[in-house]
Amino acid sequence: MMLTMEGVHAHYGHIHALRGIDVEVQVGEIVTLIGANGAGKSTLMMSLFGNPKASAGRIVFDGEDITRLTTHEIARRGIALVPEGRRIFPRMTVLENLQLGAAHADPANYDADMARVYAMFPILQERESQRAGTLSGGEQQMLAIGRALMSRPKLLLLDEPSLGLAPIYIRKIFQIVRELNRDHGMTILLVEQNANQALRVAHRGYVLQHGEITLAGSGAELLASPEVRAAYLEGGGHG
Amino acid sequence: MSTVVFAHHGMTPAERLRDAGWIAFVALILGVPLIGLTTVDVGGRLAVDTRFGLLAVAVVAAFAGRLALRWAIDSLRAHKQSKARQHTADTLSSRARTLSMVLGWMALGVSIALPIFFSDNRYVVDTATTVLIYVMLGWGLNVVVGLAGLLDLGYVAFYAVGAYSYALLSTQYGWGFWEALPVSGALAAMFGILLGYPILRLRGDYLAIVTLGFGEIIRVVLLNWTEFSGGPNGISSIPRPSFFGLEFTRSAPEGGHSFASFFGLEFSAMHRLIFLYYLILVLALLTHAFVSRLRKLPVGRAWEALREDEIACKAMGMNTTNIKLSAFAIGAMLGGFAGVFFAARQGFISPESFTFSESAIILAIVVLGGMGSQLGVVLAATLLVLIPEFGRNFAEYRMLLFGMAMVLIMIWKPGGLLSHREPTLRLRDPRAKAATTEGAQ
Repeated sequence: MMLTMEGVHAHYGHIHALRGIDVEVQVGEIVTLIGANGAGKSTLMMSLFGNPKASAGRIVFDGEDITRLTTHEIARRGIALVPEGRRIFPRMTVLENLQLGAAHADPANYDADMARVYAMFPILQERESQRAGTLSGGEQQMLAIGRALMSRPKLLLLDEPSLGLAPIYIRKIFQIVRELNRDHGMTILLVEQNANQALRVAHRGYVLQHGEITLAGSGAELLASPEVRAAYLEGGGHG
Repeated sequence: MSTVVFAHHGMTPAERLRDAGWIAFVALILGVPLIGLTTVDVGGRLAVDTRFGLLAVAVVAAFAGRLALRWAIDSLRAHKQSKARQHTADTLSSRARTLSMVLGWMALGVSIALPIFFSDNRYVVDTATTVLIYVMLGWGLNVVVGLAGLLDLGYVAFYAVGAYSYALLSTQYGWGFWEALPVSGALAAMFGILLGYPILRLRGDYLAIVTLGFGEIIRVVLLNWTEFSGGPNGISSIPRPSFFGLEFTRSAPEGGHSFASFFGLEFSAMHRLIFLYYLILVLALLTHAFVSRLRKLPVGRAWEALREDEIACKAMGMNTTNIKLSAFAIGAMLGGFAGVFFAARQGFISPESFTFSESAIILAIVVLGGMGSQLGVVLAATLLVLIPEFGRNFAEYRMLLFGMAMVLIMIWKPGGLLSHREPTLRLRDPRAKAATTEGAQ
């Protein structure tokens, strides 16, 4: 088991954002979390990262209880986050952004990881001395993914990677997610509003509503489920 | 077609220096009879006198003029060339780089030569020393504000800590300048960490308010704790730094030498001023080397990443607590060094010298210079010290002029005088790289 969340609660001030979450991610899986705006998807991902810390419950990553660790300690255990809104370092060059991703990785892997990222995203190599803020939204998203991969994570968290991107880039992002999993054996936890595409690439999925998991199942099952279809797929939900 | 005409490559810096060196050599040969020797009327007879000082000025002028001319021609050519193949980000940044390199070396040359040409002008050397103190303070604050992006309005507190540490160590315990320098720097760094701890969670305007308060606390404590700091009377007769043990005094001490007697010079008060000038120049250059080096190390890159996005930093496994504290500590240490020099130069310090307006000026230097730019700080410090000096003729309108100049700079260059950010690492030859990627397509 790569990641287990057991009965996790989290609060933002007085707001009870997560109400007893149970989520499991196995090695080599793509797991997706879908849900409406404000359902607690991003909170779940951030509390996994210790920000905010879980107020109850347990989070176990790779056999170690990480519930009480700080954000940077969790990151150093081998979890990489591609944050919502990308959060690249805009005034630094593409190369510097990638380097910072490897800040706490083994320097021995640096060249190999750089080559891997450039092979996956040739556009980043072309733009390597450019300021990251001058990249297009889709390119920035690739940079954010590349930066996360530079730390050689065991688990990759993607928070709304398709948000605000042109359709061509959305397709590309999901293709990358699939390739990362298939060709590099990367375990991925994907948070998405784009339920249709997310469930297509994922092995399993969870539906989150008001801070609680209301449905769980394989990607195909969820895609076929009438509740999911009604809530997230029909009526404008297909991208 | 025009690309064919301008295809030959520009000169490397070494070639330019050699070229200018030759011109200077020719100027020297021509200059000896033309400028170096002159005839004077001595009691009705003609005698030959020498003017080697003037000759040296002429040769240096020829050297600098040739460098500037070459550079102007080349940059004009590069400009045409880049127009021919459109403005790419690469050429723009490489032009900004050459420009700042040329400016930087010129500034260094001028600052080294300045006391030689103005060796009898006390005012110029004194003002230049003040400029250098502000340059050093600007570089120190640049670490905190420009690189780490932590707005600090109380920077003068660390300057005060450095100055008072030296003043007390030297007057109470008889420490020398060189012994007190590292200790005072370490004390200032400690205060930096002390300030850093409680404000780790703050950012933006809240951070600014707390740092402002900290600066005032230090000043008010110094003002009121009379037994410790002398209160408003300050501390006087602080020993001056010596030149490897040689004092700058009129008469040599018993059984020893003063600076003048050791070198067989006639005593002049200017010796000490020039020595102080070179001392702060060396301190400032060391600061520059230190900060530039740090920028290229992981800690420097972490500071910049922190400025850009704190959450992303944490997600990358960076310990933002340590990054912030190291920025505060190093910035404070550099401010402390500047304070030690200030105390040693003035010989007298009081809380008057460490008011909020000092913090504001140092911050203005960093912001006007272009956050994070080392050379920008030099330009801004020079401007901000010189404008009030030139403004002396305008008496009471002086500060008005100062404020107007600042407003104008911000309108004309909102990102600061030099807002170009130098990447901490680059490809060996960006042009060759661009060519290969273009070829590959």
